[in-house]
Amino acid sequence: MSQSDTIIIDTGCANLSSVRYAFERIGADVEVSDDIDKIKAATRVVLPGVGTARAAMQALKDKALIDTISSLTQPVLGVCLGMQMLTRASQERGDKQRDCECLGLIDTNIERLDSKGLPLPHMGWNQISPGDHPLFAGVAEGSYVYFVHSYRAPLGDFTIAKCEYGEGFSAAIAKDNFMGVQFHPEKSAAVGATILRNFMKMNAGSFTGNHKSMKENTL
Amino acid sequence: MLAKRIVPCLDVRDGKVVKGVQFRNHEIVGDIVPLAARYALDGADELVFYDITASAHDRVVDKSWVSRVAEQIDIPFCVAGGIKSIDQAREKLAFGADKISINSPALSDPSLIDRLQDEFGRQCIAIGIDSYYDADTNSYKVKQFTGDEAATKDTQWYTQDWVEEVQRRGCGEIVLNVMNQDGVRQGYDIKQLAMVRAICDVPLIASGGAGTMEHFLEVFTQAGVDAALAASVFHKGIIEIEALKRYLLDNGVQMRL
Repeated sequence: MSQSDTIIIDTGCANLSSVRYAFERIGADVEVSDDIDKIKAATRVVLPGVGTARAAMQALKDKALIDTISSLTQPVLGVCLGMQMLTRASQERGDKQRDCECLGLIDTNIERLDSKGLPLPHMGWNQISPGDHPLFAGVAEGSYVYFVHSYRAPLGDFTIAKCEYGEGFSAAIAKDNFMGVQFHPEKSAAVGATILRNFMKMNAGSFTGNHKSMKENTL
Repeated sequence: MLAKRIVPCLDVRDGKVVKGVQFRNHEIVGDIVPLAARYALDGADELVFYDITASAHDRVVDKSWVSRVAEQIDIPFCVAGGIKSIDQAREKLAFGADKISINSPALSDPSLIDRLQDEFGRQCIAIGIDSYYDADTNSYKVKQFTGDEAATKDTQWYTQDWVEEVQRRGCGEIVLNVMNQDGVRQGYDIKQLAMVRAICDVPLIASGGAGTMEHFLEVFTQAGVDAALAASVFHKGIIEIEALKRYLLDNGVQMRL
């Protein structure tokens, strides 16, 4: 049976259709699915998400998708909460006593954004400083993208784009074939479309060598 | 730097965009999707759709246009009007709305805010507040069911108290509609907005009264709001969004161009 070459994982989260529409606007052949075989066979995989890390991780557990996602070798793009789920753990606890364990594919943790008194959530269009990762090819320094979040990944070796709101933090992170963006490319007008097009150009062969992080290159 | 946002508001009634003066006498402005697409192209940072009849007439936003908007525009948008339950909110978000805005139903049942926040996270919960200056008591107060003049009523809430309450319960953003000035284009109520800004830790959107580019400059520089919402000046072509954003940028306000 034929399938779309790019699968958007059906996490049960609320912004699935926005992500799908954005890919469709750039002419991409995408399908929303939680079918393990389809996800494994896809050329690329998108992990979307809004809401809380705990609810989203529970949805992945309920669908038995954790091992599947961890085993992927093709390009995987986490969006917003999807990015946060790629890390080791999130401090967004909700009513629980412990941090929320995540997929552990990128070596960092999600912590509360220290906005230094600026309103939270960090909501609206902010400027990013992209590194030389192919996800940001053609995206100029200072480009605006749309953010909505209160938790963030810090800056580190895994950072491939930076942003600042009270403090500097990771606008995007990556480790090998796993990439994540804290902002919403599906709502970021032309800049967002460029990033999604860049992702659509990737395949498993894009990651034979590790991409250098921003820290190695620019810090 | 985080840019200040320019937010055209499209009041929706029976599937059309309408605009009244001080929430009354609505006239049809145009179809929803073409207007939304045009504003996105002109540089709007976000769109708000209010189904102004929904709360007053106990109807829920017609959902079909929500997904049509989500399919076609690539900037965030918020849907408001008669959302009273978790299921109704989930449906709007599933159709592609980035945020939902709650107004009258939150006044009827403030615990709705807590429940929405628990389910979806505060980042997609905006609270609309219709506030007016009551000259008799020299205070700001909150009105309910403003979508229909016959159904509009006063509440027991002072604006400051309600602003504190909705934040405590977990909203992610506040849209303050200052009713005395809505649609008459005499400028935003800077005094009231600055008062609310001082007690508002979430993003604050100013609404009501924009008539000139100077009004936008004032509300950003003097009231410190995160976003300015307006309808008639954009619908009637009195102000062009791109020209407005250039003007604001030239005057030191951070803008996405």
